[in-house]
Amino acid sequence: MSVNPTIVAHLGLIFVVFNMLVLSAAFMVWLERKVCAYIQDRVGPNRVGFEGSLQPFADVIKLMFKEELRPQAADRLLFVIAPIISACAAFAAFSVIPFGTETTLFGLLEEPIPLQVTDVNVAILVIFAIASMGVYGIVLAGWSSNSKYSLLGALRSAAQMISYELSYALALAAVIMLAGSLSLREIVMDQEGYWFGFIPRWYLFLQPVGFVIYMIAGVAETNRAPFDFPEAEQELVAGYHTEYSSMSFALFFLAEYVNMVTVSAVATSLYLGGWLGPFLPDWLQWVYFLLKVFLLLFFYVWMRWTLPRYRYDQLMEFGWKWLFPAAVLNLFATAALVLWLG
Amino acid sequence: MEAVAFYIFAAIAVVASLLVVGQRNPMYSVMLLIVSFGALAGLYVLLDAPFTAVTQIIIYAGAIMVLFLFVVMLLNVEREDSATSVATMVGPTGMKLGAGLSVLLAIEVVWALSRLGESHFGHDAETVNISSVARIGQALFTQHAFAFEATSILILVAMVGAVVLARRER
Amino acid sequence: MVSLNHFLILSGVLFSIGTAGVFLRRNLITVLLSIEVMLNAVNLTFVAVGRYLGTVDGQIITFFVMTVAAAEAAIGLALVITLFRHRETLNPDAYTALKW
Repeated sequence: MSVNPTIVAHLGLIFVVFNMLVLSAAFMVWLERKVCAYIQDRVGPNRVGFEGSLQPFADVIKLMFKEELRPQAADRLLFVIAPIISACAAFAAFSVIPFGTETTLFGLLEEPIPLQVTDVNVAILVIFAIASMGVYGIVLAGWSSNSKYSLLGALRSAAQMISYELSYALALAAVIMLAGSLSLREIVMDQEGYWFGFIPRWYLFLQPVGFVIYMIAGVAETNRAPFDFPEAEQELVAGYHTEYSSMSFALFFLAEYVNMVTVSAVATSLYLGGWLGPFLPDWLQWVYFLLKVFLLLFFYVWMRWTLPRYRYDQLMEFGWKWLFPAAVLNLFATAALVLWLG
Repeated sequence: MEAVAFYIFAAIAVVASLLVVGQRNPMYSVMLLIVSFGALAGLYVLLDAPFTAVTQIIIYAGAIMVLFLFVVMLLNVEREDSATSVATMVGPTGMKLGAGLSVLLAIEVVWALSRLGESHFGHDAETVNISSVARIGQALFTQHAFAFEATSILILVAMVGAVVLARRER
Repeated sequence: MVSLNHFLILSGVLFSIGTAGVFLRRNLITVLLSIEVMLNAVNLTFVAVGRYLGTVDGQIITFFVMTVAAAEAAIGLALVITLFRHRETLNPDAYTALKW
């Protein structure tokens, strides 16, 4: 029985995307420590591998050998499930993100497959839905740890995430209005071409305010600085993952970094033109995608080590009183522009 | 293939709902209801309604259940103690009435099962295309615009009401 | 072949389970959860019949049902919190008298 090459290609895509996400999380660990070091005028890890590039793998090996502490948890089952929910939601959200054009993989397949795990025509909403499931991992972790620091951190983190989800969704809605479609692939394809021959038709130039709103909401969604009060080391002893150790802790961190990658990948698809770029052939255009995502991830890390942290009430006030009205006004302005310019 | 997916999702939905109603720990009830919502979202996708499926996850599983979870955690609801048996709750007339209604329900289910496979879904392009988000948007904002605006006022009233009700009295 | 009857039977079963929960459970939060189960069963019926008739109205009605369910869950939970503050119990049998 001959195996259908399209099925093999799809399974291969899933495999590749999963491994890329795990590798990118490892890469982010290294990037964070190096950038942090250089911002703080020191060198960072440079013993393991060239310029410390194998440091994340050393960290993983260390984490694997650590003792898996099981405190007197309030609820054993939920304590175990919480990091699994976080990690699964983080990975699942990446399944609809396109990273390349349709390709036949050098003619091995009869019909071209698009370079993404699956193509749904409500892709943006799928990402939003799975991101809102990530809240549960945090809330259950805090609750089942049976510790007041964890519970406080978890409640604050969950309230922050659901507050900033509103501005996130409104920024997405403005882009949907421009593109007229909910599918990420069609939104990227809508950004093809150039104005005046050299300025690419990215939505970044049509929606600068929207891009800023999206990035701020994305940073708040992933609980990163300057919005990382719920997991601040100095204030809350590490918040909702205080009681976790070894591989469960690693799962939470994996989830956080993969969430960052997803937010950056969605931002490049919506605002920076996805995989589009000059000069490269079709089957190499995912290189542009990687470059743009890397740029946004570097921006993430840069922000963390440069800006001071928001206090929790300042953070919530900012989200509700400033960012949300700005997102609504952006939506109105975009709607007016679309109607006026046709 | 579609039938296999239907039976799997249906089984998950029924089992999860039974456990929501039947088991004692309210935290588990909330999580099991989320599982049930996920299974129903799968059923909506089978019915060519991906927008409804995603909206179900976003609104129900993503927002309403977080609200339930917060309340369960804040009130520190414990496991329920031994349940009073149904017989003491409803009394003898209640038991007879309930038995009669259960028999009626069972007869109806058997009759419905005997009629399986009678009304099939159409598969022409027009009936399948109902999932288009553009069509939903057009119908929602033209034909049902009044209901849409009324729900926005409803949500405003609910927000104000919830804040006022849950406030601590000074 | 999955037909409309499959979906209608399933939503009937889910609705019965929800109703049983509303009647039989002695915990206010589980009662509210059972109401959500019932509303979901109704949503499933609407979407299935809408697909059968080829209209989009089924999905539009589910949209409104979800919105109303959200508003009702918010108010219901606020009421539960207020009640809990007075009697420290979530058993609906404790609230059978009209006066505090």
